Amino acid sequence: MLAHLPILQVIVPLLAAPTCLILRKPSLVWLFTLLASASAFVISILLLQQVMAEGTLIYELGGWSAPWGIEYRIDKLNAFLALIISGVSTVVLLAAHTSLEKEIPQDRQTLFYILYLLSLTGMLGIVTTGDAFNVFVFLEISSLSAYALIALGKDRRALWASFQYLIMGTIGATFILIGIGLMYQMTGTLNMADLASRLPEVPQSRTLFTAYAFFIVGVCLKLALFPLHLWLPNAYAYAPSIVTAFFAATSTKVAIYLLIRFTFSVFGVEFSFSVLPLETLFLALGLLGIFVASTTAIYQNNVKHVFAYSSVAQIGYMIVGFSMATSAGLTATLLHLFNHALMKSALFLALGAVVYRIGSAELNDFRGLGRQMPLTMTAIVIGGLSLIGIPLTVGFVSKWVLVVAAIENGWWPVAALILLGSLLAVVYVWRIVETAYFKTPEPGRKPVKEAPITFLAPVWILVSANIYFGIDTRLSVEVAQAAAESLFGVSP
Amino acid sequence: MWMTELPPFVPFFIGALIAAFTRGPVRSVIMLVIPIVSAIHLWLLPEGVHLQFAFLDYQLIPFRADKLSFMFGYVFHIAAFISIVYSLHVRDTTQQVAGMLYAGSGLGAVFAGDLLTLFVFWEFLAFTSVFLIWARKTPRAYIAGMRYLIIQVFSGILLLVGTLFYVTENGTLVFEYIGLEGIAGWLIFFAIGIKCAFPLMHNWLTDAYPEATPTGTVFLSAFTTKVAVYALARGYPGTELLVYVGAAMTCFPIFFAVIENDLRRVLAYSLINQVGFMVCGIGIGTALALNGAISHAFNDVIFKGLLFMSMGAVLHMTGRINGSDLGGLYKTMPKTTMLCIVGAASISAFPLLSGFVSKSMVMTAALENGFDGIWLMLLFASAGVFHHAGIKIPYFAFFAHDSGLRASDPPTNMLIAMSIAAALCIGIGVYPAALYSVLPYDTGYNPYDATHVLAQTQLLFFSALAFVWLNLRGMYPPELRSTNLDVDWTYRRFLPSILQRSASSIGKVDKAIRLSFLNGLNRFLGSLSRQQQGPSSLLSKGHPAGSMVMWVAVFLATYLLLVFIRQL
Repeated sequence: MLAHLPILQVIVPLLAAPTCLILRKPSLVWLFTLLASASAFVISILLLQQVMAEGTLIYELGGWSAPWGIEYRIDKLNAFLALIISGVSTVVLLAAHTSLEKEIPQDRQTLFYILYLLSLTGMLGIVTTGDAFNVFVFLEISSLSAYALIALGKDRRALWASFQYLIMGTIGATFILIGIGLMYQMTGTLNMADLASRLPEVPQSRTLFTAYAFFIVGVCLKLALFPLHLWLPNAYAYAPSIVTAFFAATSTKVAIYLLIRFTFSVFGVEFSFSVLPLETLFLALGLLGIFVASTTAIYQNNVKHVFAYSSVAQIGYMIVGFSMATSAGLTATLLHLFNHALMKSALFLALGAVVYRIGSAELNDFRGLGRQMPLTMTAIVIGGLSLIGIPLTVGFVSKWVLVVAAIENGWWPVAALILLGSLLAVVYVWRIVETAYFKTPEPGRKPVKEAPITFLAPVWILVSANIYFGIDTRLSVEVAQAAAESLFGVSP
Repeated sequence: MWMTELPPFVPFFIGALIAAFTRGPVRSVIMLVIPIVSAIHLWLLPEGVHLQFAFLDYQLIPFRADKLSFMFGYVFHIAAFISIVYSLHVRDTTQQVAGMLYAGSGLGAVFAGDLLTLFVFWEFLAFTSVFLIWARKTPRAYIAGMRYLIIQVFSGILLLVGTLFYVTENGTLVFEYIGLEGIAGWLIFFAIGIKCAFPLMHNWLTDAYPEATPTGTVFLSAFTTKVAVYALARGYPGTELLVYVGAAMTCFPIFFAVIENDLRRVLAYSLINQVGFMVCGIGIGTALALNGAISHAFNDVIFKGLLFMSMGAVLHMTGRINGSDLGGLYKTMPKTTMLCIVGAASISAFPLLSGFVSKSMVMTAALENGFDGIWLMLLFASAGVFHHAGIKIPYFAFFAHDSGLRASDPPTNMLIAMSIAAALCIGIGVYPAALYSVLPYDTGYNPYDATHVLAQTQLLFFSALAFVWLNLRGMYPPELRSTNLDVDWTYRRFLPSILQRSASSIGKVDKAIRLSFLNGLNRFLGSLSRQQQGPSSLLSKGHPAGSMVMWVAVFLATYLLLVFIRQL
């Protein structure tokens, strides 16, 4: 059983999806989905333990050894990502049943859970597989289900947002496929480990460079790197709240995983950073992303938009860490990956609770919510503080590690800009706090009750995680550090 | 051990929590018991590192106790107790909770063994204390509080940035001697300097403290600046620059204090002046000087608290605090008058009172180490203190011309708090050995020898003479309803007026700063912000898919171009 964990990680949610069709009844389907996601979570915990203790796990599908067969290869990085994805998915699902009541008609709820499971399968598949073409397949599984999930949003603009995401996502996936195809043409293999050993041997031709360029652009589109982020805000804002909470924490992270995996493991850091001036390019785009997206967030009137733009800014921080091409910088990126997943899932889920009660996420409707929904609003405030990077929250740990990495690298101005970026976060978080706590609600609006416990429990689990991992950094930092060091070939 | 090694801030934070949910006598009892229990606990604690855990690659030490922190720990407990007694009649829950949290943060800071913990409590101090200012509930207090908060938070950011550099330079977070080497040392120095009210960075203090509630100012006067003094004593002892900074701090506030009308603002200036003596002692850095600085901090908390309490009592009973509105109150407030005079005599360093036994240490150390010029400045400052705090405060409040006010003595709890402080002033002055025994260094210093006593008494009598003579000749600056212009005028009036002319945007400080920030961004981003970032455009139509795809094409083209350029 334990030996089959790598494949079970993907198979469990994959098989659970069609099973839902048999169960039909939404509440039953919900429980079953929750169960499947929770088992994926447990599997990912076991995998991470195993990897941290024993090193990389290799699983050959159907007994065919690589490079002929497909292999699943779990190292620290994969296990870390799988843990984030399945963990967030499980906690978010806890609130799904309540949230869907108000957002999705009864007859479509079963479909929702099926799509959700497929999307989860896709993401877990991307991070566990060791085969480049498999990556594309899982990418399409997760993306196609994502388009449908977003289109389920109550707002009719969801359709438009989903359509745009479809166009952009497809272009991205196509580019990735072109990149993979060109790699295959050059080396004749699709196995990542095999690619990594063969790519240095092939002549440094234009094909290879083009392959890398296509792949990188495709991935940058998927991870919403500024200025390729335009699809993201509307997709997050109009999707059902549960979907937003899940995707904001995971989907862009998966793309960042691909970026890291192909840049560091497959192509190798020397090749990657010499073909393209990635250092300057990503540093510039990362910083631009931080500032432009944060400023845009300040101007938004819909709180979901605020946090969606803030996500783009946070991706900027991860890319800045990536651009340092040092072990410390990469640690910062991975750590922020983990921490940002905690922050954004908490924030968007709390927003889901607000939407559940007042039916909108417009900033104007937040007036007076500080008194009417104290627990939900406190959660949003703590999540916001974490986003800013206040000590005792995960945001502080991320920023700390990132700034220290920048200073170690001698990039003092960058360190200063990172801190300056946090000040912009203060402005957009403060707008929400000010509206919720210091403004009186419109006269005539009926006072709303606090969100139901089914919402509050998962929200506060995530908020507590924000605080817990902000103080006890052993798990997150150790794993991130180990993963980063193994990518640089420095065994800890 | 019954409560093994609980960090001292914990009981106070718990107390704040309880105070938030209780009312009336129950709350009073709990709030009184907590500092007492916590003080006993502290007294029984051994020295050493009591709590540490790993954070990232570093050790965090939230609770480290050595002689230096103990000294501040004791006085903070005394101050907290006195302030709580003094404010027992206050019904406002916000103030009670904020006071407890504030005292707890101060304790947390002085027992913090690493820079990160120090930073956390540093910011806590700012965020909890500002509520004591806002509790006055006047627009003036709100704006002053906002200015105070911005400056305090800025100091915290400097500390954080300094800490970041410190970590990369030294690889450790432990808060020990830092010194002015490297960028980290300077950043942390300035962070502490702001909180310590170094010259030109002092305006938050004289701006905000007099705007707080009568009880709030008593809390405020005890903790923030003393935490900064503690941090200086820990990180920068023997830094010569501090000698000059400290001497400047002792002298310049005197001129402002003499012409200031608001008596609590006079005290705020004299607070800077007293902190100057401490900074100077830390700068000299010998065992005697450090002892002097620390014991002076100890005494200052008590006698400055006493003075702020007596002025708070006047404000509480009459509703006025300007020297020009007061006078003749000794007839109806005899007890307050007596207690105020004890505080005034203490701060003026009369022999047999607490100010004398600590201030003379710093001055002796200055002479011993060849800082003759500095010694003269300190001597001048001592005379000045006597002038503005020792004579002016009691004289204009309780004597001078009869203002016709007939306020009675304040409530009992206020009188008790003041009496405790006065008793401590006299006790320490008469029996300084008790204070000396807890000092970090053993110097065998004796304040009561002929030279010290004679020199100080002469000084006091001559400056009293000067005051009387000036007053009789009508040459003493009269108390006028006026606003003194200090350095803060540059950022409160001068810069805004220039900006107003050029950018016409900074008006009211709080909201306007943010608004103008947004305006600035708006202008900076120009049309771009309206096209791409305006909410209306996004909400209504979103970006056409075509433009997004165009970006992708541009991106790919750029990448390919870059690749091929590199290969050329």
